[in-house]
Amino acid sequence: MKFTEEHEWLRIEDDVVVVGITEHAAEQLGDIVFVELPEVGGEVTKDDEVCVIESVKAASDILAPLDGEIVEVNEALVDEPGKVNDDPIGDAWFFKIKAADLSQMDDYMDEAAYKTFIG
Amino acid sequence: MSETGALKQTPLHELHIGLGAKMVPFAGYDMPVQYPMGVMKEHLHCRAAAGLFDVSHMGQVILRGASYEAIAKAFETLVPMDVLDLPEGKQRYGFFTNDNGGIEDDLMFANRGDHLFVVVNAACKEADVARMKAALEPGITIELIEDRALIALQGPAAETALARLNPAVADMVFMDVATVTLLGQDCWVSRSGYTGEDGYEISVPAHAAETLCQALLAMEEVAPIGLGARDSLRLEAGLCLYGNDITTETGPVEAALTWAMQKVRRAGGDRAGGFPGAGHILGALAEGVARKRVGLLPEGRAPMRDGTQLFAAAEGGEAIGEVTSGSFGPSIGGPVAMGYVGSSYAAPGTQLFGEVRGKRLPLTVAKMPLVPANFKR
Repeated sequence: MKFTEEHEWLRIEDDVVVVGITEHAAEQLGDIVFVELPEVGGEVTKDDEVCVIESVKAASDILAPLDGEIVEVNEALVDEPGKVNDDPIGDAWFFKIKAADLSQMDDYMDEAAYKTFIG
Repeated sequence: MSETGALKQTPLHELHIGLGAKMVPFAGYDMPVQYPMGVMKEHLHCRAAAGLFDVSHMGQVILRGASYEAIAKAFETLVPMDVLDLPEGKQRYGFFTNDNGGIEDDLMFANRGDHLFVVVNAACKEADVARMKAALEPGITIELIEDRALIALQGPAAETALARLNPAVADMVFMDVATVTLLGQDCWVSRSGYTGEDGYEISVPAHAAETLCQALLAMEEVAPIGLGARDSLRLEAGLCLYGNDITTETGPVEAALTWAMQKVRRAGGDRAGGFPGAGHILGALAEGVARKRVGLLPEGRAPMRDGTQLFAAAEGGEAIGEVTSGSFGPSIGGPVAMGYVGSSYAAPGTQLFGEVRGKRLPLTVAKMPLVPANFKR
């Protein structure tokens, strides 16, 4: 599992990368009340804003961590955004991306480095 | 963390830290935005049982003069309310107006026999004290109380909880004020709040505030509630946040606050006018206004935050209004908002559209409060 400075996690599953937000991010955001997901089939470029999440307090964006194609989204989050607080690194993944270049994963932190990053 | 050094702390600061609150800067104070329970559960707990709020950042001000009558007549030169006829032991909502008929701050004032007790917003308190001093001294003395905390206990179980400390509070009704002994301390208690629920606001000597809060928090009905849930509770209750929903640029008629202006201060009343901006405000009452503050219920799940532009149609046309407060309403189970719309769009049930991230999403003008009030009349 890899982690971005934007508090996303990335997990390689078969030939796609599953993306979600970290427990730390979910805790910082507070109760999530709204999730807007990207279109399946859309081509994205690293750092594109692909999802919107809103907590009771504010809206935030989720950025595409890699270049590639969105191949699946977690529709369950639309009806139950609170899942992001309950199980951010399990059930509450946001989207799966077919990476154009998996070597972009190398830029990201491993778990130990992420833990240091969030202090 | 460098900023927090300059922030003021309330007498309950250590308690918040001990309770695991997430602290944020608010109106110059380091305040709890939420506790470990989280905004959503805190909100629902307050509507189901009782929530304890620290509102010590707000300004508590005492006005004294030769008599209540003298104080009331003086205060009426600053607010469009009937202060004189307010019975002893009663509180009222009000606001300071400016020469343009805008609102400088909103407040609560209480007739406490030999003095008027006024509670104003934290961000405005210095300006409010200066305004009162400039206008009313030397006949009236104005004292900002700095040695007392202010807490609110809100929710359907508030009476049960507080009555354990002094059964007399159960006899108070909405907007009553009284001095009540709680744990041996003289507390200034009002039956009022900012949540739409029954409850109390309690001014307590600063040194005794934590002990009182600990006693309340030890009761199973009571949980601490942060500013996050305070905001969603008041928004569902249709109550204005000064600085967002009412400002120096909004008048009381537009703001749908005319209920707070008693007849005696309106045209034809015995003490009509005589407050700043009276010409503008009484004119607006007579002639109507171009825009009105309304409740708004967005369809779907996307919150519409303050600043969201409102339109009459799904496509085209100029904006006809703007959201001034918007969030998620845990009791509604969906987004809630309030804002200003052109008066012809202000009828409950009117469908409008709010532009969120470039998309126009439907919403409906709704009667306020959005959640029924639960006061003890």
